[in-house]
Amino acid sequence: MKILVCVKQVPGSNHVEVDPVTGVLKRSGVQSKINPYDLYAIETALTLAEKYGGTVESITMGPPQARAVIEETVCMGAAGGTVLSDRKFAGADVLATAYTLSQGIQKSGSYDLIVCGKQTTDGDTAQVGAEVAEYMGLANVSGVLSVEDIQDGKIYLTASLDDKNVQMSVSFPCLISVDGDINTPRLPSYKIKKTLTEGTVKFLSFADFEDQDPTHYGLNGSATQVERIFPPEKNDQKHDIAGTADEQAEALYQLLRDKKLV
Amino acid sequence: MYNKMTAQDIAALRQIEGLEVLCGDAINPDYAHDELGGISHMPEALVRVRTTDQVAAVMKHAFTRNIPVTVRGSGTGLVGAAVPVKGGILLETTKMNKILSLDKDRLTVTVQPGVLLMELAAFAEENDFLYPPDPGEKSATIGGNISTNAGGMRAVKYGVTRDYVRSLTVVMPNGEILTLGQAVAKNSSGYSLKDLVIGSEGTLCIICEAVLKLVPLPKVSVSLLVPFPDMKSAIEAVPKIICSKVIPTAIEYMSRDTILFSEDYLGKKFPDTKSDAYILLTFDGNSDAQVEKDMATVADLCLEIGALDAYIVDTEERKKSVWSARGAFLEAIKASTTEMDECDVVVPVNKVDAFIKFTHALADEYKVRIPSFGHAGDGNLHVYICRDALSDADWKKTLSLCFDRMYQKAEELGGLVSGEHGIGYAKKEYLKKQYGETPIALMQGIKRVFDEKNILNPGKICF
Repeated sequence: MKILVCVKQVPGSNHVEVDPVTGVLKRSGVQSKINPYDLYAIETALTLAEKYGGTVESITMGPPQARAVIEETVCMGAAGGTVLSDRKFAGADVLATAYTLSQGIQKSGSYDLIVCGKQTTDGDTAQVGAEVAEYMGLANVSGVLSVEDIQDGKIYLTASLDDKNVQMSVSFPCLISVDGDINTPRLPSYKIKKTLTEGTVKFLSFADFEDQDPTHYGLNGSATQVERIFPPEKNDQKHDIAGTADEQAEALYQLLRDKKLV
Repeated sequence: MYNKMTAQDIAALRQIEGLEVLCGDAINPDYAHDELGGISHMPEALVRVRTTDQVAAVMKHAFTRNIPVTVRGSGTGLVGAAVPVKGGILLETTKMNKILSLDKDRLTVTVQPGVLLMELAAFAEENDFLYPPDPGEKSATIGGNISTNAGGMRAVKYGVTRDYVRSLTVVMPNGEILTLGQAVAKNSSGYSLKDLVIGSEGTLCIICEAVLKLVPLPKVSVSLLVPFPDMKSAIEAVPKIICSKVIPTAIEYMSRDTILFSEDYLGKKFPDTKSDAYILLTFDGNSDAQVEKDMATVADLCLEIGALDAYIVDTEERKKSVWSARGAFLEAIKASTTEMDECDVVVPVNKVDAFIKFTHALADEYKVRIPSFGHAGDGNLHVYICRDALSDADWKKTLSLCFDRMYQKAEELGGLVSGEHGIGYAKKEYLKKQYGETPIALMQGIKRVFDEKNILNPGKICF
């Protein structure tokens, strides 16, 4: 079984400033890390490969320094990975990103299973996985909570449909997006880190792709026009609840109920 | 002898403006004990103070009427120090919980004693500072931390609470308000009264305000979780790491069993449980390159001496998955047994392996479970004797035998009774046994000078 995990490099902290003039995230000087949701996807893939036999590779789209996240997947146990990097890919929205990934995946190999995280912490759209599947003509399941079994070319899993959970089987090849917190991702190994070489990470660019129409990539291939990016308002509001333990419990319950949190 | 509290005493306390006074059934039974001390006694009155003046007024009354007063923070102590063993007034400081000021020029923060350690840590970090003392119990109050001179996990590099207390505003047993120490970096001005108060477990005076030193927040912090095939090789690695001249912020050791208890307790899987023993280290600094270099030096050394790998814990999510488990070890072990008691000895860092091996031998000899974890890098070990299915009589006998042997061993190795949890009520006899007559007499003399009527937290440490 060949498994591919899609990952992304994101800012290392939630406290990233937005340039007030360009409306673009100020990434320079900010530490980066692998998208936390992708760690659950990597753990899912590695666990399945260990249990049912197979190999795991990873793929990302980004600038050359995105090799760090591919190396990290290798340190966690992936066999190798690919960075899709080209200036023509810059400024891509969900649609263009998914298309670029689909082109890159087709170029880098054939896979039984593609695993994505739920969403990224910088884009938050949770759409790239499903759109990659669409471009590649694959069956897609989002919100995967657990994988029960793999048998006879099928994966048996449970997925969340918000108000209910659904158990289903899907034939390979397919793409799944796993929920956050469904496992505890393993830690990267220093021992493997020491074995990394230049060749651990492959690079593919526009020139390597089958579709050579530049209007399908990057800003040119994006359907979304971003009017403005701004940080969400912070709310430091505090409620002090006084009274006896029972009164406090009642007041807290009412507060949560009024806000429709319970 | 102390006076029993009367209706007039309660009425007098209720005259103090803004003071919350509870008595009788209105006092929750939890106020009779702390987390572990093995001693329980209800106070006659519980007062919740909000200001230093209220503390002074309570003490004036108690001093005049000869009523014992015991101070209590969050009640997270482990040796019964906050238990009112002689009754009287239990003075709770949790409502004195304001962070009063941050002085960015002097790198100090002024706090009331009821501020929780986790609140102080978060406040410092929000302002780009670090308050280095980092005991595992984050819901402890800073007043309690100062009263026990708690150290925590970063002591290897940064030292203990004492190293971060610049000055203290205290209320004396007679109600007089004093400031001990100053917010200065150096001080050779007579006996350090402030340092006598630190670690005095509420027996000398009541801490009402503290000026604490902060350090700039290190820009980079990375942990390493290093698996070893067994506890022996893990513990034996620690002195070698220290000799490598890299100074990690923390060096903690933990066994697989303890990690599994923590998984059960938190309902959350640890990132790796394949090995029998682990060392958890943290490195901090101001550049990626420096921290990376330190980490690589220690990781290479660990691999050379038998570590199975070295896992990198470098993002907030990863740190949370590892350190939240570490922070829950005490509660997790507690939840794994019917009853337990602990030994918080500190031994020289190059004797940690000898002491841990001794506890394993003891567990075999007495057929009792003795899990442990702790600060391998500073020699402070947290060793727990679990009752499990033992009968009451067998439990008491086994506990007493194990404690005697462990404290005796710690002394043989050049160690002391407590590294950070204090003496309180539960460890008094072991302190007396180790220190002998003269040091205990000196402590009693100091206590008498501060508290001539012995009304502050009587029955603790040296009395």
